[in-house]
Amino acid sequence: MRAYQRKLDIKNGRVDLSHGAGGRAMAQLISGLFHEAFGNEWLARGNDQAAFDVGAGRMVMTTDGYVISPLFFPGGNIGSLAVHGTINDVAMGGARPLYLSASFIIEEGFRFSDLKTIADSMGEAARAAGVYIITGDTKVVERGKADSLFISTTGVGVLADGLDLSAEKARVGDRVLVSGSLGDHGTAIMSRRQNLAFETEIVSDSAALHDLVALMVAAGGSSIRVMRDPTRGGLAAMLNEIAHQSGLGFHLQEEAIPVKPAVAAACELLGLDPLHVANEGKLVAIVAPDMADAVLAAMKAHPLGCDAADIGEAVADNHQFVQMSTSFGGGRIVDWLSGEQLPRIC
Amino acid sequence: MKYADEFRDKTIARGLARVIGAETDSQREYRFMEFCGGHTHAISRYGLEDMLPANVRMIHGPGCPVCVLPASRIDMAIRLAEQPEVTLCVYGDLMRVPGSQGKSLLSAKAFGADIRMVYSTLDAIRIAEQAPNREVVFFAIGFETTTPPTAVMIRLAEKKWLKSFSVFCNHVLTPSAMHSILESPDIRNIGRVEIDGFLGPAHVSTIIGTEPYEVLAEQFGKPIVIAGFEPLDMMQAILMLVRQVNEGRHEVENQYSRAVTRKGNRRAQEEVSDIFELRDQFEWRGLGLVPHSGLKLKQAYAQFDAEMRFTMHEVRVADNPACECGAILRGVKRPVDCKLFGTVCTPEIPIGSCMVSSEGACAAHWTYGRFRDYRLRRA
Repeated sequence: MRAYQRKLDIKNGRVDLSHGAGGRAMAQLISGLFHEAFGNEWLARGNDQAAFDVGAGRMVMTTDGYVISPLFFPGGNIGSLAVHGTINDVAMGGARPLYLSASFIIEEGFRFSDLKTIADSMGEAARAAGVYIITGDTKVVERGKADSLFISTTGVGVLADGLDLSAEKARVGDRVLVSGSLGDHGTAIMSRRQNLAFETEIVSDSAALHDLVALMVAAGGSSIRVMRDPTRGGLAAMLNEIAHQSGLGFHLQEEAIPVKPAVAAACELLGLDPLHVANEGKLVAIVAPDMADAVLAAMKAHPLGCDAADIGEAVADNHQFVQMSTSFGGGRIVDWLSGEQLPRIC
Repeated sequence: MKYADEFRDKTIARGLARVIGAETDSQREYRFMEFCGGHTHAISRYGLEDMLPANVRMIHGPGCPVCVLPASRIDMAIRLAEQPEVTLCVYGDLMRVPGSQGKSLLSAKAFGADIRMVYSTLDAIRIAEQAPNREVVFFAIGFETTTPPTAVMIRLAEKKWLKSFSVFCNHVLTPSAMHSILESPDIRNIGRVEIDGFLGPAHVSTIIGTEPYEVLAEQFGKPIVIAGFEPLDMMQAILMLVRQVNEGRHEVENQYSRAVTRKGNRRAQEEVSDIFELRDQFEWRGLGLVPHSGLKLKQAYAQFDAEMRFTMHEVRVADNPACECGAILRGVKRPVDCKLFGTVCTPEIPIGSCMVSSEGACAAHWTYGRFRDYRLRRA
C-alpha cells in the first residue's frame, strides 16, 4: 500500500526546507517538477548518475554557474540561459553537445510556479537543441542564504577527429567574424533591473549556437582557429583574452561591428560601451583569411548568423593590443573592462 | 542613433580637421586643456587626437569628480559606513576609489558595511523611506551639474519628514579648480603651466552659464571655449580656440549654444544657493587644498548634514610623492612621464587621481590611447 501524498501545489505553493532534506518531499519535487519538465530515459531510471554512450571522437566537457538577477528577462529566464550558455561553451570547441547535468540551489520560500516555469523552459531549450538533461541535484537553503535560485549546469559533447580549436592557433592576417549584433543580452537584463528599469523592445539574444557552429565547421573545418562566445565582458574581454593567449594583436573596424540602434541608445544613456556588454547567443570566430568568406557565408545561411560580419583582423603586436579604427575616423584601444560595471547578468 | 550620429559624422569631422590643419601655425604648439572628464572620455573614445595636427595637443584636466575626491573623504565615508546603524548610498563609480591604506568602499562592503549602489538621488530617498530605522546617508559628489539634484533631494527629504536621512556633501566648483590650475603655490615646484586655452565644461555650464569664466579669461589671458560633449562639438571648439590664439584674443566663447546661455539656469542656481554655502577650502586629489572650491550645507539644513550629524572628522592623507598628477594636470608632464604610470598605478589599482576613473587623464590614456606611446617610439 502506498502512503497518500498530497500533490505539489504548483500554483500557490512554495519551496520549503523539506524539499531539500532528502525525504519524500524532495522526491516529490524531483519527480513532479523536474522529471516532468526534462523527461528522458536516463532521468526516468532514477539513479544517482547516468551512464551513456559516446560516439567516435574526443569528449568535451564544460561547466557554468548561473546567478542572474532578475531571473526572468525579455527573451528568456535563468533556465533557458543555463541550457544555452553551457551548450554554447561545448559548441565553441567545435563539438556537438549531447548531455547536460543541472544542479539547483533554491532559497526557501521560492515559488513552485516560478520553479516550474524555469524548469519547463530548461526542458524546452534542451529539447529544441537535441540535448538531454540526464542527471541533477537539488538543494534548498534557508531564506537569505541564496538569492532565490542559482543553477549550475555541466555539459558533455563530442568533437570530431581532426578538430582542435584553440587560441594559440590564431595567426597574423586571420579574420575576426562575429555572428550578429552585440550587447543585446546585457542591455535586456539592465532594462529589467529594479532601480534602472527603462522601456525598450530589446530582448536577450540567448540561444543555443551548436547548429550554427556545425555549419561553420562544415564550411571551414580546421581553418577556424578558435571560437568563443562573448558573454561577460563582451567582445572586448574575449578578444583581449585571445590576444594574450595567442601573442597577437587585433585591429577592428568600428563601422563593421553590428550593434542594434536600440542597444546603442541604451548604452549611450547608461554610459556603457556595447563592446563590454554581455551576449548569450553570439559567437566570434578567428578564421584563416582564405576561408573567411566561406565561413561567413555559412554563418549568414543560418538564422542565428544572418547578421554575421567580418569586423577585423589579427595583427602582429608585441603589446597584444586590441585596437579599433573608430567610425569617427580616429583610433583607440578596446581594453578589458576595469572592475565590475554590471554584476550578475548571467 | 538620431540626435547623436549627426554630431559624430566622419565627413564633417574630416572637413573640420582640414580647416584646423590649415589655420594652425606650424611654427608653434597649441596646448589646450579640456577641463571635463566627459571631454577626455570623448577624445579617447572617438580617437579625436588622430584627427588633429601634431602641434595641437590636448591636456586632460581634473574635471572628473570621482578622480579628484581625496583619500581623506573616502576614509570618512568608510568610517561612516562601518557604523552599524548606517546605510550609505553611493554612485557605482565611487566604489573602487582608493582611500588611504588601499581600502575602498567596495572592500568595506565586503567586510559587512551596508553600502548600496544607487543610480539617482531618488533611489536613496526610496531606501530611506523603506528603512525608517536606519540612518540612510547619501554620498553626494559632483560638480555644479549634480548639485541641483542633491538640493532637490534635500527639499524632498524635508517635505517627506525623513528623520534619519542625511547627505555627505562633496560637491565642488569648476571655476575655482581652473583658477588653481593656473595659479597655486604648487606651480612654484612645477615651474610653469603649459596651457594656451581651455575647452570649457558642457554640462556644468548649462547650470552656471558662461559668465563665471569671464574673470578667468581676463585675469590669466587664456581663451575659454565652452564645448559640447560630442566629438564634432569638440573639434569645432578646438578650431575656435586656435583662432583666438592666432588672433591674440582671450575671450569666453560658447560653442555649446544649443544648451548653454551666458547666465545659465537661474532656477537651479537659486535652489543651490538656498541650501549650500561655500567652504573656506576643500581638498582635491592632485591639486591639494583649493580655496573656496567646495560646498557644504547651510546651518538651516544641519539636520541633513551627515558631517554634523555624525561629527565626522577629516584627517588629511598625503598623496603618493612619486605621483605626477599635479604636473600632468598642468600640462607640464604626460602620463608616460610618471614612473608609476602603468607599473604600480593602473585602473585596477589606481594611485593618483588621474588613474581613478575612466575619465581621468592617465586612465583614459591607459585604457584607450597607450598604443600611441609605442607608435611614437617606433617613429
